[in-house]
Amino acid sequence: MTGKPILEKLSILADAAKYDASCASSGSVKRDSTETKGIGSTEGMGICHSYAPDGRCISLLKILLTNFCIYDCRFCINRASSNVPRARFNPQEVVRLTLDFYKRNYIEGLFLSSGIIRSEDYTMEQLVEVARILREEHHFQGYIHLKTIAGADPGLIALAGLYADRLSTNVELPTEAGLQSFAPEKKPETIRKTMASVRVGVDDANEAAKGRLLKKAKPPRFAPAGQSSQMIVGADGSRDDDILATATNLYSGYRLRRVYYSAYSPIPDASIDLPPVRPPLMREHRLYQADWLLRFYGFQRAEIMEGASDGMLDLHIDPKLAWALMRRDIFPVDINRAPRELLLRVPGLGTRAVDRIVAVRRTGKLRIGDLAKLTASVKKVLPFIVTPDWQPGSLTDSASLRARFAPPAEQLSLAL
Amino acid sequence: MREVVLARPGDFAEWRDAARGLLGGGVAPEHVSWRSVEEGASLFGDDAPPASGGTVSLPRELLVMADRVICHRDAGVPARLYRIIWRAAQDRQLLARTTDADIDWLRGTDKAIRRDIHKMHAFVRFRRLGEDAGRESFVAWFEPSHRILRLTAPFFQRRFYGMDWAIVTPDARAIWRDETLGYGPGGTKDEVPDCDIVEDQWRTYYGAIFNPARVKIDAMRSEMPKKYWKNLPEAQDIAPLLAGAAARVERMRATAVSLANPQTEKWRTRVPEELALTDDIDTLDDLARAMGGCTRCPLHCDATQAVAGEGPEAARIMLVGEQPGDREDLEGRPFVGPAGQVLNEVLEEAGLDRSRLFLTNAVKHFKFEPRGKRRLHQNPTTGEIDICRWWLDKERALVKPDLIVTLGGSALRGVTGKSMSIASMRGAVHELGGGTKLVATIHPSFLLRLPDRARADLERAAFVADLARVRELAA
Repeated sequence: MTGKPILEKLSILADAAKYDASCASSGSVKRDSTETKGIGSTEGMGICHSYAPDGRCISLLKILLTNFCIYDCRFCINRASSNVPRARFNPQEVVRLTLDFYKRNYIEGLFLSSGIIRSEDYTMEQLVEVARILREEHHFQGYIHLKTIAGADPGLIALAGLYADRLSTNVELPTEAGLQSFAPEKKPETIRKTMASVRVGVDDANEAAKGRLLKKAKPPRFAPAGQSSQMIVGADGSRDDDILATATNLYSGYRLRRVYYSAYSPIPDASIDLPPVRPPLMREHRLYQADWLLRFYGFQRAEIMEGASDGMLDLHIDPKLAWALMRRDIFPVDINRAPRELLLRVPGLGTRAVDRIVAVRRTGKLRIGDLAKLTASVKKVLPFIVTPDWQPGSLTDSASLRARFAPPAEQLSLAL
Repeated sequence: MREVVLARPGDFAEWRDAARGLLGGGVAPEHVSWRSVEEGASLFGDDAPPASGGTVSLPRELLVMADRVICHRDAGVPARLYRIIWRAAQDRQLLARTTDADIDWLRGTDKAIRRDIHKMHAFVRFRRLGEDAGRESFVAWFEPSHRILRLTAPFFQRRFYGMDWAIVTPDARAIWRDETLGYGPGGTKDEVPDCDIVEDQWRTYYGAIFNPARVKIDAMRSEMPKKYWKNLPEAQDIAPLLAGAAARVERMRATAVSLANPQTEKWRTRVPEELALTDDIDTLDDLARAMGGCTRCPLHCDATQAVAGEGPEAARIMLVGEQPGDREDLEGRPFVGPAGQVLNEVLEEAGLDRSRLFLTNAVKHFKFEPRGKRRLHQNPTTGEIDICRWWLDKERALVKPDLIVTLGGSALRGVTGKSMSIASMRGAVHELGGGTKLVATIHPSFLLRLPDRARADLERAAFVADLARVRELAA
């Protein structure tokens, strides 16, 4: 199996990795290669070095170490019972590819995952070994994202945290029942325990950094870009409410930087009980919008669900607008006086627009003509705000307000 | 009319020196004409160096932006920038007036430059030239929209310190060699090799990471505009990948699901073991393992793990708390969070050795309400306490303590099965049957919640006294 040419292995093991949505290379510490005289840097902001025709950013070399797997998760292209071609890299091959790509400025670093071979511990050891070689033998300062294998020994997770910028453990399905029927080998408790040990590692490293006596003495870092996770949308019967409930628990319990939502997309040699449908991209998009509301707009999950029906977000309009239409009693708000928290609730105003409004209204009254310089979606904002020269009047309570924003039904298929 | 001729377009220092002189000399923007050498100087201008007056202080943020914006190719930029600093010298609030036309232009132009810089960081593609004494050298051809090479080269220096490299653009080139960054004149694409041995691997990767089931061409083009494609080796594959996408998806759908891989059973060496909730639990380890699979109430859905009791099986004293908190839930051990800290201190003052006690909780899973980045503790219901009593009873049966100390009301309910106030039970020793004694006291987290310092000190002393009494009883 190691006899396959490198191009063939790369093709198999990148194809096998593409269902993981994360490609982020942001949020880590600032560091570069000036001191080590090697290569690599991370500067906080991630860089997308290319874009595939699926619109997704290519920031990292995202591959599996191997797609052999002893698990049989039915939504997964790499499940044991699938007939996809199999391949396996040895750690040196991954190191070589990473460095070759990095030196040509194709990538920010490596995102390495793997099928489970032999045992969780053995698999995790292999992932850690690749990161160790990159960091210790090549003094590589670029970004490393390692998948943590749920159930692996906490000692291995601790080691992974020393080398990696980010760790991630995928929840895959939001409910226990979903996991039980689709991924019998995965246990939600094992996944949560693994994420808990990552959070404890991050917390302890932060404590150590705060408590040190000498500013110069650098404490060992631990996954400075934190941890993330992914849920598959549309493979099982979970509702958006279940998905957001799980996301809320992950953010609050394990301080995740990101939860990714990945529309279930047909895979080669699919299991018979999975929907052979188009990936629900609009649903995925709405979940991301709701996720943003949770993290940056001060919304609680229950509020977002006010604009939903049967636990499913409205596909035709965004979740903030859906909420606002249910809570028209709050609107219109005076853009020159409303507190930041209230401005964040106005449909069409993003966090950046709100920051600008708060800053610029200190220098004088905002009028309707100024809005176009502050936000791109003036039309959406109008029914919900008041300025000295604008009153929405009956527009705010108009029965046809939803129709103003909801696209004609057939347009939905364009989004797919 | 004053005429300023800029010899080096995009050079911040040259513009800054000229602007400083004009500003110091009180020359209003409408009396200055800015030209670059390329455009040819006017015949009628007065191009004598302007007299410098006093220094004018400008916001640092403005100068940082001007440093970037001057790289813009629009010929009107030096003049407009001068007008802005002229206005900023008189109006300290100017930069905050984001709805002002000049400031709107400035921020918009700055954003365009920053985007151009970011895209250059992303889309430069090096090709390998060779290797000398173990040091590799690379070169890239790039065509930025604006004159931003000097703003991007330091990034490449920080990132690629350990190799030699050059980036050639139509306007200028940056060269990193012998650990020194230098600049030179612009060049042409011919100076750069037309392939690199690793490009095949990169293009293979690009093709394999693309998911044909979710084509989104607009999203790709807005982030990777077509103007960059000619210098990106992977871009030549976009059209063929798109052309084949629909057929690939159709094939995935149409192919009947094949028989399972014949190796499946051999690979799946382990089938998931079911954790039996049987009565044949003989040790605390067995008990903890069985507890890990507990689904007797919905609390297991959100908590990380069941937190079993901890301590020697031969312990004579058992301390029962309410439920694990945030930290206990993460670590899987009882009393390791803030309340556990208080308990440790109080135990020490009371003369009790924690390592000889058995510590556990009435409820084994953490009950909480997620709120942003925190989990807020919620009291368990009597129903939850009663369901979880099954586990507490098992722990009591295995440890067989002489004395049980309940910390707080939930623990009292868990041990006795009845709801009683701590106040009514406190201060006395009760019989639980089977020779086991019960002492009821407060939960240490109660002390953490008291805002009044004096009251907290009193309550703490009473807590220490309760535990000191426990020590005497057990002696």
